[in-house]
Amino acid sequence: MSYMLEVDNLKKHFALTGGLLRRKVGAVKAVDGVSISVRKGETFGLVGESGCGKTTFAKTCLRLLNPNSGSIFLDAPDEVKERIRYLRSEHKEGSELRGLRRQWDLAVFRGQKLREMRRRMQLVYQDPTRSLNPRMLIKDILTEPLAVQHLATGASAIKRVSEILQRVGLGDRFLYRYPHEFSGGQRQRIAIARALITTPRLVFLDEPTSAVDVSVRAQLLNLFQGLRKDFDLTYLYISHDLSVVECISDRVAVMYLGKIVELASTPELYTRPLHPYSVALFSAIPIPDPTAKRKRVVLTGEVPSPVNPPAGCRFHPRCESASQICQSQEPQLVDVGNGHMVACHLFVK
Amino acid sequence: MSEERFLRIKDLDLRFYTYEGVVEALDKVNLHIKNGETIGVVGETGCGKSVTGLSELVLIPSPGRIEGGKVLLNRDGKWVNLLRQKDAFLRNVRGNEISMIFQDPKSALNPVYTVENQIGEAITHHRMEEMCKRVIDNSEKAKEELKRTDLSDKEKAKLRKNVLSNREKRFLERIIDYPEDTIARWASRIPVLNRFKKRLNKEVKKEVVRMLKDMRIPDPERVAEMYPHELSGGMAQRVVIAMGLCCNPSMLIADEPTTNLDVTVQLQILTLIKELKKEYGTTIQYITHDMGVVAEMCDRVAVMYAGNVVELADVFEVFKNPLHPYTRALLECIPRPGAEFKSIEGFVPSLISPPEGCRFNDRCPFAMDKCVSVKPEFVAAKAGHQVLCHLYTGEAK
Repeated sequence: MSYMLEVDNLKKHFALTGGLLRRKVGAVKAVDGVSISVRKGETFGLVGESGCGKTTFAKTCLRLLNPNSGSIFLDAPDEVKERIRYLRSEHKEGSELRGLRRQWDLAVFRGQKLREMRRRMQLVYQDPTRSLNPRMLIKDILTEPLAVQHLATGASAIKRVSEILQRVGLGDRFLYRYPHEFSGGQRQRIAIARALITTPRLVFLDEPTSAVDVSVRAQLLNLFQGLRKDFDLTYLYISHDLSVVECISDRVAVMYLGKIVELASTPELYTRPLHPYSVALFSAIPIPDPTAKRKRVVLTGEVPSPVNPPAGCRFHPRCESASQICQSQEPQLVDVGNGHMVACHLFVK
Repeated sequence: MSEERFLRIKDLDLRFYTYEGVVEALDKVNLHIKNGETIGVVGETGCGKSVTGLSELVLIPSPGRIEGGKVLLNRDGKWVNLLRQKDAFLRNVRGNEISMIFQDPKSALNPVYTVENQIGEAITHHRMEEMCKRVIDNSEKAKEELKRTDLSDKEKAKLRKNVLSNREKRFLERIIDYPEDTIARWASRIPVLNRFKKRLNKEVKKEVVRMLKDMRIPDPERVAEMYPHELSGGMAQRVVIAMGLCCNPSMLIADEPTTNLDVTVQLQILTLIKELKKEYGTTIQYITHDMGVVAEMCDRVAVMYAGNVVELADVFEVFKNPLHPYTRALLECIPRPGAEFKSIEGFVPSLISPPEGCRFNDRCPFAMDKCVSVKPEFVAAKAGHQVLCHLYTGEAK
């Protein structure tokens, strides 16, 4: 299996400072040890409630935020990854590990190498009204990535821009307009064009349809599907709209409070969720059919603060089947067959 | 559930006078709401869902003007046109008979007042009389209790705190007789005389805490003293619902109350609204764009498009047997696994110069010549199923 993106035990903590000397008094553990592997050409869904660390995870993968620890591999050869993992597990933190990481691990890249990597992975933000600079012309918005990456300038840049605009369903007559002249759906198309103009391999879609209406949403989703085929893209689709994720993703991971609690292929996860949190989450999807029978699991309480996450399993204070072990021991993500991974003590044999 | 109609909107026209031109936000909207039902209003952004809710409370913001039509409220069998009433009358309707909860709970709450203050404001406005009576009752009860001989000193001291002095009682009675009594109002500002006001405030706080408890908020005493920024999204929405329900309104207009919330929190809120509906028997108008939520919550559905109610029917009927082409298209937009995503061709028309005739004609697959020129009538295609479309005017009764 060839993986496009592999993330090993990624951690991103935001320090909380306090007191007279602004000393570190704690940390928001936004992403706390997430490992995923995204296959080439697939759409990987990442779902979870707001504040669970989905967006932070995406930003950290793109190195818009610097991770505290962990590794990110984009298109790295398997032997290298194996070697790095081996050295890590043996605690041989010597020059070999450092050298390999500097060459392959996106988490420690700098300068020119980082810029080159960023060309290959792009992000589409949630709200296009805020992610497009209102003072820039569409032409400038779209040529800027080309200039930054030294890919094209002048007439050739404009040519590429009009090509990509055409592909996302806007014509080049929109080149000399400002973002406010467009509707929400069109703005999101511009944001997509901006992400695709550097011909990336991997695109992070961070809730790209949450700001648009249902009828426009369908148009955008079709556009994503088409672009994936045409440009041979891999998507990491982040959303809390579970019904959209069901339709667009091949595999889905469920995140809760900075951790992945379950990961499986989409049909498997939606028909047979195992983790108690996933069960509650998927049962909460409103079904657009008044005759449908509903089995509801209503969660009590609220998501705990990521500053002091509960000890043991992070879900245990809200879990109905929590036992003694859940309070003390953190469950590991284990395979329960068919690549269905779940982090829950109930399923550890 | 009685079939009696609670509110009727008749041929409502609403226009916004903006720099770009006149926006015809509502165009001959017809809607009736039955007593005790949950009616869903669905549609896309800008179709006029929210302003319909606002016109029911006559709360249209400034460049907007209601140009025609009626909003009729059933008051003990008599129809009252709210658009013709004075402000004082409307103030009594808003919050007391019809109340509204808004989409974004964080911006609906005032950041500089505590929860207790904000909910309490509605209670002091609409339920002053009841609160005064409660304070007096408590005092009477305490007096009765004090007559018993087997009380310890501590208990006696506690009960004495509840006993009103004659002066306090007089002020409270003045308020019961006439809520805006000038003397009582002045007295409430003078240090020694204002003790009755403090007792009243205590009673209001008790009521607020009771309300919050009803909203299944854990530790309501603590939450009552919080400021909105200390609340999570779900909690803030519960507070807003508490504010909406604190005066026991006959109808609650819920304007996308769960749109910004996560699904699990949404489920909590929807369950809460359902339970409260059973408890209080409130009529609910649920404004949303989520078909899933409609299927879950509503008895009847009104589908809106570009300032028109295009279809109004039973929820089962709308989902099983949608008549208007727009409703059909909208239902097809719901993503289903395995199937291709369907969308509606074209764009929502600008309401500054909406299409002649039927407003859906340029996107409608069944459009005829008549649709471009003649405005369709809102007719009953079947019993209890009204639709605004030329396709059904022929067969109509």
